[in-house]
Amino acid sequence: MKKYISFFKLRFATKIQYRMASVTALTTQLIWGLMECLAYKAIAEASGGSIPMDYAAIVTYIWLKEALLVLFNTWAVDNDLFSMITNGDVAYELCRPVSVYSMWFARTTGARMAEAVMRCVPVLCGAFLMPGEYRMTLPVSGVSFLLFLLTLFLALGITVTFCMLVYMLCFFTISAQGWRMVLTGAVEFLSGNIIPLPFFPGKYLSLLELTPFAYMQNVPFRIYSGDLAGREVCQCIGRQIFWLAALMLLGVIIWKQAEKRIVIQGG
Amino acid sequence: MKVKENMALYIRYASVCTQSIMEYKLSFLLMVFARFMMAFGELAAIKFLFAGITQINGYTYGDILLCFSIVQMSFTFAELFGNGFKGFSGMVRGGEFDRMMLRPRSLILQVIGSRFELGRTGPLLTAVITLVVGIRHSQVAWNLLTVWTAAAMIAGGMFLFIGLFMLEASFCFFSIEDTSLMNVLTYGAKAHGKYPIDVYGKGILRFCTYVIPYTLIQYYPLQILLGKSNHWFWAFCPLGIAVFLLICHSAWRFGVKRYQSCGS
Repeated sequence: MKKYISFFKLRFATKIQYRMASVTALTTQLIWGLMECLAYKAIAEASGGSIPMDYAAIVTYIWLKEALLVLFNTWAVDNDLFSMITNGDVAYELCRPVSVYSMWFARTTGARMAEAVMRCVPVLCGAFLMPGEYRMTLPVSGVSFLLFLLTLFLALGITVTFCMLVYMLCFFTISAQGWRMVLTGAVEFLSGNIIPLPFFPGKYLSLLELTPFAYMQNVPFRIYSGDLAGREVCQCIGRQIFWLAALMLLGVIIWKQAEKRIVIQGG
Repeated sequence: MKVKENMALYIRYASVCTQSIMEYKLSFLLMVFARFMMAFGELAAIKFLFAGITQINGYTYGDILLCFSIVQMSFTFAELFGNGFKGFSGMVRGGEFDRMMLRPRSLILQVIGSRFELGRTGPLLTAVITLVVGIRHSQVAWNLLTVWTAAAMIAGGMFLFIGLFMLEASFCFFSIEDTSLMNVLTYGAKAHGKYPIDVYGKGILRFCTYVIPYTLIQYYPLQILLGKSNHWFWAFCPLGIAVFLLICHSAWRFGVKRYQSCGS
């Protein structure tokens, strides 16, 4: 376990070096978030109160999404790993006396958390300083904040295990770039990055709740604003744990298969 | 003569780029499909949002679809033709741009020609579907003026986004900082331009008129297209993009003049 924590720390430390680069990214995200708030404002006004989510909850959802973007965006996968697989450097990884799956899991999680820590503080400061109804709200209660943190980590775990599956795919196809775009594009839509999931029509939503995608960013962000509460929360946490375990198991099995048939061509 | 020669050269560039992409056909098809799907997701999002409402700021579902489709189309064309500017920082860093300067051909032609990417056309399919659905849902009176307006919006939008890509590339001459701020102006405009700009309020409308002239290809001509205004000259607003393009071009020329390789 200790060595995997080191991989996590190593990656965390590398990523935290790029502190200044996030200044422009910060402005980008604040503008982006504000534009979305304005658009939903018009939608909320047009709907005359029959909107599936409270406007304050939508605003909070948007700001959390912007602040924690790097935790959940599947398109920003670790490019080093991809080039390692395609150019053959992965051979060195195989030489190490560690489990490749756990090592990559640790480094991906580390990189994501480092970037999120760097970015979320300024974005959240900005979000709490927004004027009037565009301001982000505090969590509804202390308990919901704790539940938010818990589900946030579980959701991160699910996202990373999903990314691991995308890495594994690279061992089986040379069109990894294409598959990656298809998968990440689908996740972006299905996990509620484009519009929050409560806006989905009922029948699609109930289908979506059978997949891991509904348990990524959707759960923690809605718990924070109190949109998701009561018994549903327990249900969601249970399903999050289930999907985390299932995806991890699947990833390990696929890795075992990949490990057997891996061919390193020169390099 | 020169135009003809340049066109031939551009077509040659495009066909070589396409050939090299076609070496990995599955990857190419997947990428087209992925881009199509991402754009389709946004279309679905609009549909879902409109389940509970009939209009936003007086724009119906069909109106929004038309607007979304036009912006999507112009952005896709801009990415298809102006892709070279997007990867420009890589060209400077890798020394490719230095080599281009040695050749007795137009720099812009070489920059945009060398990165022609057919895979960018994916969202076009979504845009065409949306356009058809949008036309059927909205009550646009199709006549010479409205057809011109729609076409001019698409073409004007394409040149606007190409101008922005060129501006982004010009920044590479002066700064090695990442240009993610420019992404708000390009990707952000594509993502948020699906709603007519006045939905976002007066302040944004002003910014999008006087700072970056998005309204010239979206808000003003759209009023004519949807029959919401009698100012017939608003239909010719997209022509104003020529001025914007000229400004972007002078920024580019200024940058090229001061450029002193990055020495790699």
